[in-house]
Amino acid sequence: MPLNSKIPAGPIDSKWKTYKATCKLVNPANKRSLEVIVVGTGLAGASAAASLGEMGYKVKAFCFQDSPRRAHSIAAQGGINAAKNYQNDGDSTYRLFYDTIKGGDYRAREGNVHRLAEVSANIIDQCVAAGVPFAREYGGLLSNRSFGGTQVQRTFYAAGQTGQQLLIGAYQGLERQVSLGNVEMHSRHEMLEVVMVDGVARGIIARDLVTGKLERHFGHAVLLCTGGYGNVFYLSTNAMGSNVTAAWKAHKQGAYFGNPCFTQIHPTCIPVSGDHQSKLTLMSESLRNDGRIWVPKQKNDQRKPSEIKEEERDYYLERRYPAFGNLVPRDVASRAAKERCDAGYGVGSSKMAVYLDFGAAIERYGKIEANKQGKPNLSKEEIIVLGKGVVKEKYGNLFDMYEKITGENPYEMPMRIYPAVHYTMGGLWVDYELMTTVPGLYALGEANFSDHGANRLGASALMQGLADGYFVIPYTLGNRLADDIRTKAIPTDHPAFVAAEKEVSDRINKLMSIKGTESVESFHKRLGKIMWEKCGMARNEKGLKEAIEEIKALRKEFWSNVRIPGDIDEFNPELDKAGRVADFIELGELMCIDALNRNESCGGHFREEYQTEEGEALRDDEKFMYVAAWEYKGEGQFELHKEDLNYEVVHPSARSYK
Amino acid sequence: MSWKNYFSTSIGKKLQMSLTGLFLITFLIVHCYINAQIFYNDGGVRFTEAAHFMGTNFLIRTVEIGLMAFLLLHIIQGLALWSRNKSRRTNRYAVNAGSATSPWYSRSMALLGTLILLFLIMHLSKFWAPNRFSQITGGGEKDLYHMMKEEFQTAWVVGVYIFGCISLGWHLVHGFYSAFQTLGLGTSKYKGLIKSVGVAFSIIVPLIFIAMPVAFFMNWIA
Amino acid sequence: MQHYNMNLTLKVWKQKNNKTKGGFETYPVKNVSSEMSFLEMFDVLNEQLVSEGKEPIAFDHDCREGICGMCSMVINGRAHGPWSQNTTCQLHMRAYKDGDTITVEPWRADAFPVIKDLVVDRTGFDRIIQAGGFISVNTGNAQDANALPIDKQKADESFAAASCIGCGACVAACPNASAMLFVSAKVSHLALLPQGDPERKSRAFNMVNQMDTEGFGSCTNIGACEAECPKGISLENIARLNREYIGSMMSGSSVEGTA
Repeated sequence: MPLNSKIPAGPIDSKWKTYKATCKLVNPANKRSLEVIVVGTGLAGASAAASLGEMGYKVKAFCFQDSPRRAHSIAAQGGINAAKNYQNDGDSTYRLFYDTIKGGDYRAREGNVHRLAEVSANIIDQCVAAGVPFAREYGGLLSNRSFGGTQVQRTFYAAGQTGQQLLIGAYQGLERQVSLGNVEMHSRHEMLEVVMVDGVARGIIARDLVTGKLERHFGHAVLLCTGGYGNVFYLSTNAMGSNVTAAWKAHKQGAYFGNPCFTQIHPTCIPVSGDHQSKLTLMSESLRNDGRIWVPKQKNDQRKPSEIKEEERDYYLERRYPAFGNLVPRDVASRAAKERCDAGYGVGSSKMAVYLDFGAAIERYGKIEANKQGKPNLSKEEIIVLGKGVVKEKYGNLFDMYEKITGENPYEMPMRIYPAVHYTMGGLWVDYELMTTVPGLYALGEANFSDHGANRLGASALMQGLADGYFVIPYTLGNRLADDIRTKAIPTDHPAFVAAEKEVSDRINKLMSIKGTESVESFHKRLGKIMWEKCGMARNEKGLKEAIEEIKALRKEFWSNVRIPGDIDEFNPELDKAGRVADFIELGELMCIDALNRNESCGGHFREEYQTEEGEALRDDEKFMYVAAWEYKGEGQFELHKEDLNYEVVHPSARSYK
Repeated sequence: MSWKNYFSTSIGKKLQMSLTGLFLITFLIVHCYINAQIFYNDGGVRFTEAAHFMGTNFLIRTVEIGLMAFLLLHIIQGLALWSRNKSRRTNRYAVNAGSATSPWYSRSMALLGTLILLFLIMHLSKFWAPNRFSQITGGGEKDLYHMMKEEFQTAWVVGVYIFGCISLGWHLVHGFYSAFQTLGLGTSKYKGLIKSVGVAFSIIVPLIFIAMPVAFFMNWIA
Repeated sequence: MQHYNMNLTLKVWKQKNNKTKGGFETYPVKNVSSEMSFLEMFDVLNEQLVSEGKEPIAFDHDCREGICGMCSMVINGRAHGPWSQNTTCQLHMRAYKDGDTITVEPWRADAFPVIKDLVVDRTGFDRIIQAGGFISVNTGNAQDANALPIDKQKADESFAAASCIGCGACVAACPNASAMLFVSAKVSHLALLPQGDPERKSRAFNMVNQMDTEGFGSCTNIGACEAECPKGISLENIARLNREYIGSMMSGSSVEGTA
């Protein structure tokens, strides 16, 4: 099947306007008889379910957590971008579009990204109207800060809890629709299969995680808003439950998987402390607004950070990238940290960490505060006390979190940080309308591949999730369902539902019948280790080939030796996890295949064979300026389809932040 | 929504507790002021004068009916709240660390209230009931001053009064603040003030009340 | 920070489902690192149980960074354990020493029925939000975000109230199993913003009414909720909820059901 991205013709800034003006509409009376299934209730899912409910569609929403409010969007800390130009610093829709394309290392679609930049401003308006308490200045207007990869201040935030506040806003909108009867909410439910009727997605099989019962749900369309698959690495900043299962089931039903190897490694996370580690915690990118990253100039320096003098410190980001300094994009910052640690300059007991130091910021803010208070002659100690107060106000919750986890006081000594898996740019391939290659099956937010290319800029994930849910899907879904108004709800005793349910139940029975000796957790850890070492921050042909073989072997072992305690028809988290890990194993293999196929370095995908003399990523636009969309062809078999990327506006060049 | 709706939710019921509680606090002030007249040590002249006014003034007697109604409402609603709240956790915790997070008296309002109620029954049956009975049946006002003097010669009676007033004190420490919090005044601006006035009130008023039987018992006043 | 290992005894509530009676089981856990989080210690124990062919302990958890509100354990009588302003997932084992016995129970409240072991059903909170914890604005209705300046102090207070993670520790800690702190946080969040103003009158009443219907207890101003709240939600919010409620009661308008 040839890939048709359905990008509207015309100049970049009128594509979306043209689309909106010409797409088909569904009249309100017909909406009432159209049913839509939304899987996942993060920013994309909650905003889509709420918006579609408001419009009058009959919506069924599903989440595996106990409440839609717990989706992992909640953990996003730093902020959300929008081209509002409230700071009068030269921002514009075009600039946000350009930064995102460049930040994505020219592997994203221009049309989608421009639309994202266009609706970004509406998102902020919508969220404020819904009661999201963004940070404000004394004049009562919204405050902004900077994020990596940009030179303007366009990031809106709510302390270090922006994701939480945005999600609560969308969640409240969702609950309002639940109370009005427009949305039926199913929490503690996991989607385990897409039901296909005549080649169209017409429903799902979901498992009630409390009773273990399988349920059939019909929908004229199915929206997957199920987030990313970073947990394939076992250790990541994702929530413990974040998984690829819904997307993977869709993939197996014919939805192509786009750029699976594009993974974002976030540079500022709390380092691993031991084998018991179950997840990694992010320290917001916003910290790089004020924190300076450094390692000792001397190899294997055992001294305490406070004993290392200024001239003995290597502020390597400022040294290598003077124009952007500590605010280079995430992929660049992560690789630079890895480079220093691999070269033997790392700090901390594991030597796999660098310092994020607020000493200079505390002093700077202290001086400003002293001037504000009209006390210019304070001693250095007094200034530091004032400065700590300012830093506490800006980042207090992050500092507290750091202290709880590490037991160290970051106001007194620099934080130790190291890169960790954070986000996956890859995901289900979707066209301009966010529809996958399966008709009637959509993917929104992190679950799709569309907007971030090979690297996502900070504060853009929240933007994309809400853009898709609030402002894109309400139009694009209508365009399809307008032709579906004559389709009556398909009863769930239709053979397709019966067959899909049997498929799911067979698989669960098979898992339970293995009765092996190794725990699910242990398999997950082993998969994660392979992925991190061979398909992580740096990849090479040899490693990837080994990884593919190792994963194949692991899959075999999993299906013959996993041990799942408990029963099927009860609350059984081990069984839930087993299904997810089984899917992660299959996905891991595809990621390695994709990484091996992409013989270039771009964004978060760094192939050691393809780098400049200075160690920067070396793209190959001639051969790889395409989206790799993989079709599932049976166990371990995938066929590559290419969607060529045409840059009509931005001219790809070597990405430089120097 | 009617008043009935508003007063029947959990906040509505708490409002009833708060308003009746505040009324009872006001009563305590008056009661304390009148009875403190005994400390003039004038053989009960001023006290009897004040008691006469309180016992015969039409307005005061009318308010007294309200007082009794409010007292009853406070008791009934309080016990109802307690029993409902108690039933909200059928399976109780095996380990309780209540004291780590809240003071004991705030968790013991129903117990303290019940102690006060028992004390009140005794107190009213000793003074208020016989006096009103005598008034109604045409016997006129009783000599309350000498009734007190007589009653407070017995050690155990004095003991019960001391115990009752201490219970009242602890009940007030929480009740005073809680009444204002329920009215929405527990803001950072007023909370400190309310709490300190509450504590002062809860110490001073019961102390004055305790001083009365003790003073009679020790024969400090004639 | 000096790291150390310890051996512990865990007494954990086990309950198959809502229909069966539960009870405590005792588990020895060896070689726990002081660097582990409390839930990682449970992971280790569960791994051990699985390898012994026993059933692991079910507990709720997801983000493990103190923000999703999913984790919920009463540890030695304290909701989310001994650290203040902290969630169970952020509690680390350096809070304990070798030889300690730790009792772990689920949130206990009739409005939070046990699903299994330490997992409880908190959908009552969602229904309270459905009763009015929102601003009725449809997608696309909004004016420019800066069209309406908001006093920074009020915005900050609103944010502080909105930082509630809906974990239910307030209910777990309250001797009355009241959800008043949760309700008050949401009412405050919205009441402090001009956007929330149009629905103020109905919101407080409807949410409180739903709280009662769900079977939560009533507030008697004890304050254990504030002490145990992982996000430091203040009792001032309860005062504000009371004011909102009284304001709604005193206003002439008749308020009917959910907007």
